[in-house]
Amino acid sequence: MSRNRSYKALAISILTLVFSVFSSSATFAQHEHESHAEATHTHGEAEEFNPGQTILHHVADEHQWHLATIGESHMAIPLPVMLYTPTRGFNVYSSSEFYHGSGEHDGFTLHHEHFTSEDGSTVYDFSITKNVASLIISVILLIVIFFTVRNAYAKRQGKAPKGIQSAMEPFVIFIRDEVAKNYIGEKHYRRFLPYLLTVFFFIWINNMLGLLPGAANVTGNIAVTLTLAILTFIIVNFNGRKTYWTHIFAMPGVPKWMLIVMTPVEIVGMMMKPFSLMVRLFANVTAGHIILLSLLSLIFIFKSAALSVIVGPFTVFMTMIELLVAVLQAYIFTVLTASYIGAAVEEHHHDDHH
Amino acid sequence: MDLITPSLGLIFWQLVFFLLLVFVLGKYAWRPILSSLSEREKSIEDAIELAKKTRNEMAQLKADNDKAKADALIERDAILKQARQTAEKMIATAKNEAAQEAKAEVEKARKAFREEQAAAVAKLKNETAKIAVEIAEKVLRRELADKNSQEALVNDWMQDAKLN
Repeated sequence: MSRNRSYKALAISILTLVFSVFSSSATFAQHEHESHAEATHTHGEAEEFNPGQTILHHVADEHQWHLATIGESHMAIPLPVMLYTPTRGFNVYSSSEFYHGSGEHDGFTLHHEHFTSEDGSTVYDFSITKNVASLIISVILLIVIFFTVRNAYAKRQGKAPKGIQSAMEPFVIFIRDEVAKNYIGEKHYRRFLPYLLTVFFFIWINNMLGLLPGAANVTGNIAVTLTLAILTFIIVNFNGRKTYWTHIFAMPGVPKWMLIVMTPVEIVGMMMKPFSLMVRLFANVTAGHIILLSLLSLIFIFKSAALSVIVGPFTVFMTMIELLVAVLQAYIFTVLTASYIGAAVEEHHHDDHH
Repeated sequence: MDLITPSLGLIFWQLVFFLLLVFVLGKYAWRPILSSLSEREKSIEDAIELAKKTRNEMAQLKADNDKAKADALIERDAILKQARQTAEKMIATAKNEAAQEAKAEVEKARKAFREEQAAAVAKLKNETAKIAVEIAEKVLRRELADKNSQEALVNDWMQDAKLN
C-alpha cells in the first residue's frame, strides 16, 4: 500500500511538472508573437475596422471592464491591478491609471494587457481582471442561488419543491443519479458529489454569463479551464486505486517487454484526459463567441445596416445554440470528470478480461 | 497566441475562488440539499410502501366483508327456508288436526243423531202399538156388545180364514 502511495505521489509530481512546462512554453510563444503584433496595435477608432483584432480583444481578458466606446470616450469600469515584483513587492493600482496615454504608471507599463516593469524584473500579475471580476460575480450568484435553494429545503421539509428550488432540483438529482452514481458507483460517489455539482453549476453559469452583452469570457479562458482540468486530474490521481495504477504501469495480461511501449502510452493517456477537458471547454466556448462576433462583424465589414436584417435573426439563432452548448459543455465536463474518477476508484474485479 | 496562454493571475484567482466555492457550497448547500433530497425520497418511498400495504389491507378487508356478507346471505336463505318448512309443516299439522277433529265431531253428531232417531223411532213404535191396542180394545168392546155383531165378526174371520 505504501509503495502504491509513493508511485502515486511520483506520478502526480511528474504530471504537474509536465503541465507547468506546457503553460510556460505557451507563455514564451505568446511573448514572441506579441512583439510582432506590437507594430500593428492601435487604440484609435478612426482606424479601419479589423474584425480579427476586435474579436480576439472581445474573447480575451483585460484589466478593466470595458462596456462601450461612444465616439472618443471609453465607458469602462476600472478594476484593481495588483502586481508583484521580486524587487518592489506588492503594488496595487487602479486600472484606469494604465489605460491613458502610453499605459505607463509608477514604473509599470501595460501593453497588450501585459505588464512589464521598468527595472526589467519579472512582473507577477495578480490583478482582478475582467475575468476575475466576472468569476467573483458568478461565485456570489452561485452562493446566493444555492443558499436560497438550501433554505427552501429547510423551510419546506418533505414537501414538493417550489420556485428556484424546483428549477435546480432536477439538475442536482441528474448529476447525483445519472452522472455521479452512474459513473463512479454506489460505493464512492458521495465523496465526489460536491466537486461534481460545483463544477457543473460553475461552468454552466459562467457559460451563460459569458453570453450576456459586455460580459467576460470566463469559461472560454484557457487559465480557467486549465485550473479545472488540473483539479480533476489531482482528484482522479489521488483517488487512484490499485487497479488504476496497475493499468498504467503494469498493464495486466500484457507481455513484460511490451510495457516499455505501453507504460509511456498510458502515461500520455493519463495526461490527455485533463488536457482534452481543458481544450474542449475552452475551444467550445471561445468558438461560440467567435462565431457570434464574426456574424456581428459582417455588418461592420460591409458597412451596411441592412445586413442586420439577416445577421440579427441568425445571431439570435446562434445565441440559442450557445445556450444549449452552455449546459452541454458543463454536462460533458462533469460526466468526463465523473468517468475518470470512476475509472480511478474502480475495484479490481475484471482481470478475466485481460 | 494570447488566447491560449494561461495567465498566472487568473489561474491563481480561479483556484482560490473555485476551491472556496466547492468548500462553501459543499458544506452549506450541497450537504443539506442532498440530505433533504434523500430524506424526501425516503419518505415518499415509505409513503408509497404504506399506501400499497394499506391498499392490500383494504382489499383483504373487503374480501373478508364480502365473504361475511355472502355467508350471511346463505345463512339467511337457510333460515328462511327452514322457517318456511316449519310453517308449512305447522299448517299441515294444524289442517290435519282440524280435519280429524271436524270428522270426529261430525261422527259424534251423527252418532247422537242416530241414537236420537232410534229412540224416537222406538218411542213412536211404542206409542203406535199402544194406540193400536187401545183402538183395538175400544173397537172390540163396542163390537162385542151385541150378539149379532159377535157372530158377524166371527163370520168375517172365518171367511178370511177360508180365503187364506
